Amino acid sequence: MKLRRSMLFVPGSNTAMVCNAFIYKPDTVMFDLEDSVALSEKDSARLMVFHALNHFVYKDVETAVRVNPLDSPYGLLDLEAVVRAGVDIVRLPKTDTVDDVLEMQAAIEKIENEIGRTKKTKLLAAIESALGVVSAVDIARCSDRLMGIALGAEDFVRDLHTQRTKQGAELMAARSQILLAARAAKIHAFDSIFSDVKDKEGFLAEVNYIKGLGFDGKSLVNPNQISTLHEAFAPSIEDVDWAIEVTEAAKEAQEQGLGVVSLDGRMVDAPIIARAQWTLELAQASGIRRD
Amino acid sequence: MKNIKKPFAGISKNVNVDNRSSKILDSIESAIKNSGLKDGMTISFHHAFRGGDKVLNIVMDVLAKMGYKDLCVASSSLASVHDEIIKHIENGVVTQIYTSGLRSKLGEAVSNGLMEKPVQIHTHGGRVHLIKSGELNIDVAFLGVPCIDRLGNASGYKGRSQCGSLGYAMIDAQYAKHVIAISETLEDYPNMPASISQDQVDSIVMFDEVGDPSKIGEGATRMTTNPKELLLARRTSKVIENSGLFKDGFSIQTGTGGASLATTIFLSEKMKEQGITASFGLGGITGTMVSMLKQGLIKKLLDVQSFDEFAAKSLGENPNHIEISANEYANPSSKGTAIKQLDVVVLSALEIDKDFNVNVITGSKGLLRGASGGHSDTAAEAKLSIIVAPLTRGRIPTIRTRVNTIVTPGDSVDVVVTDQGIAVHPRNVELKKRLIDAGLTIVDIEELHERAINLCGQPTAIKHTDKVVAQIRYRDGSIIDEVKQLLK
Amino acid sequence: MSVLKKSAYAGTLESSDAYIQVSPIEEDDIKIVLESSVKEIYGDAIEELVRETIQDMNVNNVLVNVQDKGALDFVIKARLQAAILRACEMEQPEWEVL
Repeated sequence: MKLRRSMLFVPGSNTAMVCNAFIYKPDTVMFDLEDSVALSEKDSARLMVFHALNHFVYKDVETAVRVNPLDSPYGLLDLEAVVRAGVDIVRLPKTDTVDDVLEMQAAIEKIENEIGRTKKTKLLAAIESALGVVSAVDIARCSDRLMGIALGAEDFVRDLHTQRTKQGAELMAARSQILLAARAAKIHAFDSIFSDVKDKEGFLAEVNYIKGLGFDGKSLVNPNQISTLHEAFAPSIEDVDWAIEVTEAAKEAQEQGLGVVSLDGRMVDAPIIARAQWTLELAQASGIRRD
Repeated sequence: MKNIKKPFAGISKNVNVDNRSSKILDSIESAIKNSGLKDGMTISFHHAFRGGDKVLNIVMDVLAKMGYKDLCVASSSLASVHDEIIKHIENGVVTQIYTSGLRSKLGEAVSNGLMEKPVQIHTHGGRVHLIKSGELNIDVAFLGVPCIDRLGNASGYKGRSQCGSLGYAMIDAQYAKHVIAISETLEDYPNMPASISQDQVDSIVMFDEVGDPSKIGEGATRMTTNPKELLLARRTSKVIENSGLFKDGFSIQTGTGGASLATTIFLSEKMKEQGITASFGLGGITGTMVSMLKQGLIKKLLDVQSFDEFAAKSLGENPNHIEISANEYANPSSKGTAIKQLDVVVLSALEIDKDFNVNVITGSKGLLRGASGGHSDTAAEAKLSIIVAPLTRGRIPTIRTRVNTIVTPGDSVDVVVTDQGIAVHPRNVELKKRLIDAGLTIVDIEELHERAINLCGQPTAIKHTDKVVAQIRYRDGSIIDEVKQLLK
Repeated sequence: MSVLKKSAYAGTLESSDAYIQVSPIEEDDIKIVLESSVKEIYGDAIEELVRETIQDMNVNNVLVNVQDKGALDFVIKARLQAAILRACEMEQPEWEVL
């Protein structure tokens, strides 16, 4: 299963960042053509991202692009560029309804057919409003191209008529909804950016919190955040020891032809075994956390 | 047997009380006249004040005014503040230079053929060897010191222009035929403990300022936030931790760049976790090392150059922070050097080639803009020499087919750490295995080179004339490479 | 053949970027003026890249002013193409060409 812990956010107009992002090996590089790019630079950033996607350094890392909304002068042009360049994921900003997703999907399909591309570009819906949050379940289920939904906290909080705080009480409802919707649809759930790059403790606290909630990953604004995030998401020695025990118990039970797996007198069923597997895969990929 | 003892000829008691004091002369001109300096002789300076030095330029101006010609200037290194010397070269006051570093306009001018005689670029340890072997004969040393007493006892760890260790000046004080000490603060006699002693100094001149405090130190060293430097530091730290040398009692030297300092901070954390204390830190001492000393993570600091005010102060206050001379530091012909005891050294590079040779002195355009310094000294003697550099700097590839100029031969390099991969020298079979087992990805240096060229494109070669403008002297005095004049 | 209707520029003078200005000229030629922080080692390669890119876009009669701060090839291409499209007042390029 593809690890998607870290999604590094790269403004498409920032040459230095576009040229360096791959070095830090985030799980996904997300080029932005939307809010971080000035209106006068939309065309130039689009070309920059188009070329970056075609460059060899971005061929072996997962790429995503946040395009402009289809109802803006830029959205369709963005899609033309990035789908042709073979981007892995298109991130829809400000997804409020199922229609938003379906329109985007249709536009992408049209281009894919034009260029004869068989690879299906995936979608990631960013939910950034109250309407989007309450529609999250429908949105999450509406397309088989949708690989995940993400919370866009800044815009969301504005929509709620409140502000962001370090504790994040204002995001509680949104985070829960998005996570539940994602799990119901069996897709990924992503948390929003932590913009204060100097506050390492604050960042780590938020990462541990959303990891505890069950999020798969988080958007990042600075490469320095990647290692902290990956370390926090790594399983601990205790986690790994437990996972080994469970997997071994499951193997033993299977060998003995037993229908039920038990460990320490307790029943261990399929979801737990799957979780143990996942833990071992994660440990393999990201190392073990020393608490 | 012939009687060689002299008959009694009278007392030598100092009856003239007024004459009891100073070697202090009223002007630098007097001191120069008093020194017996003649055209064609060799004068020396030290570089503990780095970019904050005020001594060399003033002395050179005076020598020029006094009509001196054809001098050989041997400054342990030169900074951009010394660009002023260009006019003295143009006017024939200076016709030969020995230095560890050439930068800025002077470096550019030399690269473009300013001097007839090739500049001699030596290492820190190699300079001592050149002096001891007789090639570099210092007639008059002009040694700027932060504070001094009237008999010449001088130290660097206090005073307005405190520079910390006088490790390089100590050598000149010992070997020069005539020593003129230049200071700005007169202390009461005896100004001891002293790095330069009363029995080494011939005369003293007081200047208003010997240094600019704002430029002597490299400023407070807060940990870098540059993502590339942090990435390099994390990787380097991991290499050290898994090298087999990371255990109680190990020793370390690092450079002063952002990545080097961050490496020491990451290592500190691991040292605390694993209860490891270093036996000594060497260099090139910064506030970061001092902090480790204070935390008890390092037992002793051996200091040949103090890079900031924290290091300078610590040298004066902490008995475990010890000043050493360039001879004790790195001279290959010394009876004992600290670098021979060194486990790990972390170094930087302008260029590295497929044979692991390192260039720290000429840039991508072929200009002289760096220093040999302690690079090849430490690489040669440390058990583990790690070169840390980004794979590319903008569009400039760091890994080349062949470096422009060899300063440190690949035979003395063990590991190259870049932000896009780590290469281990083929001779280090066991180390490579250790690092792979630790989960690090090790690639061939050819692969790194290919990647750099794929990113940047194949650079066109710099064109030179046949004229040699600088000779790179290896530690033992031999010529390891030559720098030719740029073709315009 | 795409025709320049006006002068236009794209890019910035930041490190790793290139600031590129294109202007229509009378002469049936592609004139290139290059200032680059890596001119000694990549000057020729950059000029060739600029020329090729413009030819691929089917453009002529153009003066190109490049102020390069060590940009990689793909960045130079992106900035140049953006400037040309702006000068031709074309929104949608032929992507295969680029």
